[in-house]
Amino acid sequence: MKNSIPIIFVALLSLNFSCAQQTENEVNTSDNPPFTAELIIDELQIPWGFTFLPDGSMLITEKAGQLIHFKDGKKNMVNNVPAVYNRGQGGLLDVVLHPDYANNGWIYISFASEDGDDKGGNTAIIRAKLNNNSLTDTQLLYKATPNTTKGQHFGSRFAFDDSGYLFFSIGDRGDRDVNPQDITRDGGKIYRLNADGSIPSDNPFVNTEGAKTAIFSYGHRNPQGLVKNPMTGEIWDNEHGPQGGDEINIVEKGKNYGWPVITYGINYSGTPITDKTEMEGMEQPIHYWVPSIAPSGMAFVTSDKYPDWKGNLLIGSLKFQYLERLELNGHKVVYREKLMPDIGRVRDVRQAPDGFIYVAVEGKGIYKLIPKK
Amino acid sequence: MKLLLLTYISSILLLSIFLFQDKELEESINRGEEIYSDFCINCHMANGEGVEKTFPPLAKSDFLLNKREESIRGVKYGQQGYILVNGVAYNNVMPPMGLEDEEIADVMNYILNSWGNKSDNMVTTEEVSMNVNK
Repeated sequence: MKNSIPIIFVALLSLNFSCAQQTENEVNTSDNPPFTAELIIDELQIPWGFTFLPDGSMLITEKAGQLIHFKDGKKNMVNNVPAVYNRGQGGLLDVVLHPDYANNGWIYISFASEDGDDKGGNTAIIRAKLNNNSLTDTQLLYKATPNTTKGQHFGSRFAFDDSGYLFFSIGDRGDRDVNPQDITRDGGKIYRLNADGSIPSDNPFVNTEGAKTAIFSYGHRNPQGLVKNPMTGEIWDNEHGPQGGDEINIVEKGKNYGWPVITYGINYSGTPITDKTEMEGMEQPIHYWVPSIAPSGMAFVTSDKYPDWKGNLLIGSLKFQYLERLELNGHKVVYREKLMPDIGRVRDVRQAPDGFIYVAVEGKGIYKLIPKK
Repeated sequence: MKLLLLTYISSILLLSIFLFQDKELEESINRGEEIYSDFCINCHMANGEGVEKTFPPLAKSDFLLNKREESIRGVKYGQQGYILVNGVAYNNVMPPMGLEDEEIADVMNYILNSWGNKSDNMVTTEEVSMNVNK
């Protein structure tokens, strides 16, 4: 009988530990968020990406294929936008400016393209300039092959690092057993190019026979968030897992992120993909979500507008329709909070040059988060 | 004798039409299953159960089973705003998937004949192509 006390003690202790493990994947709600969300652009269908021009106007991509220049409260449709393959998850995707846009005027756009001989489409990258409400000087920088009629996993997001390299993502295009682990094929990769589209001479696979030399890292599923960590200069991605197993990864040169050999997720049918969540030679995510939140665009908060959020990461949830705030301690997620509950499918989030956070929501439009006084 | 022959021929004819359509439907359902797992499954889920409060169910969905034309239009042109499914209100966006009319017919036949749903009246490519955005 005397023994039962230590036994109960140990049992309680272990219960505590199992709880502690759960909270890792628990999202907290905020009773009094430090902002109000103001809808500044309405009537958008799927605002996939957006960015801010130096004059304070905005460029917004609509997945269906329109590039919108939002200026002085008005939407202007930009002309001469490339034709997009609007099927499944494909369409007009991300838009960013070159870090030195003020001097060189380059705009980078990713989209699903039918370019090529095969039926279907795959992800393409262009850069162009905006003149008189029209895209000019358009250059094709990359087009993934082969085309396929599969509707999934085009990626794609852009990020520039501190050295001026252009990173972009392409998902596995619905062919997980063929693409992600094969560096001679496109899909399931993060790519790195010079800003003019040429291949950096120190890319990891430039000397590998048959490899796609633009590849920077591989074994990804469908990264739809890509951003430079402004504190460290690292490139971070988030990617959709299957059912369960969405991830945040730090993208490093030549590394293999494991899809579909290792994953924390399972098939939509409930059957396992693999029994492995880790393996030597494959990278672990710094965070994974079970259940999947379907992460989309992401942004680091660096401005002084939201003092309590400095250094936090914001990520949209398509599936559960809120904006997630993640507090970090170095490479570790230490706290998760749900903002804008039930707002709709959050497709993208960005911090503008003026320091304010903007959030794009499908079927609604773009919200500005205005700090409470 | 004449009557017997007539009955025989007509019943063979009817039976073969019936069997032929059945086979056609079965093939369409099989193609539709592939389309479903490519374009639909991440929101409507493997057993058509949807996601609570977010994406409506297809399994035993009164909307799908009673509003055939609207359902086809939803797949073809996308769907936005309030809809009521099995007494639950949903307010969301389903983008158009860019499917061809034949693919829409196939996936309709799959969802109309899965997870306890049943519809003998096959959706044809013609029916989908006649369905226009209102």
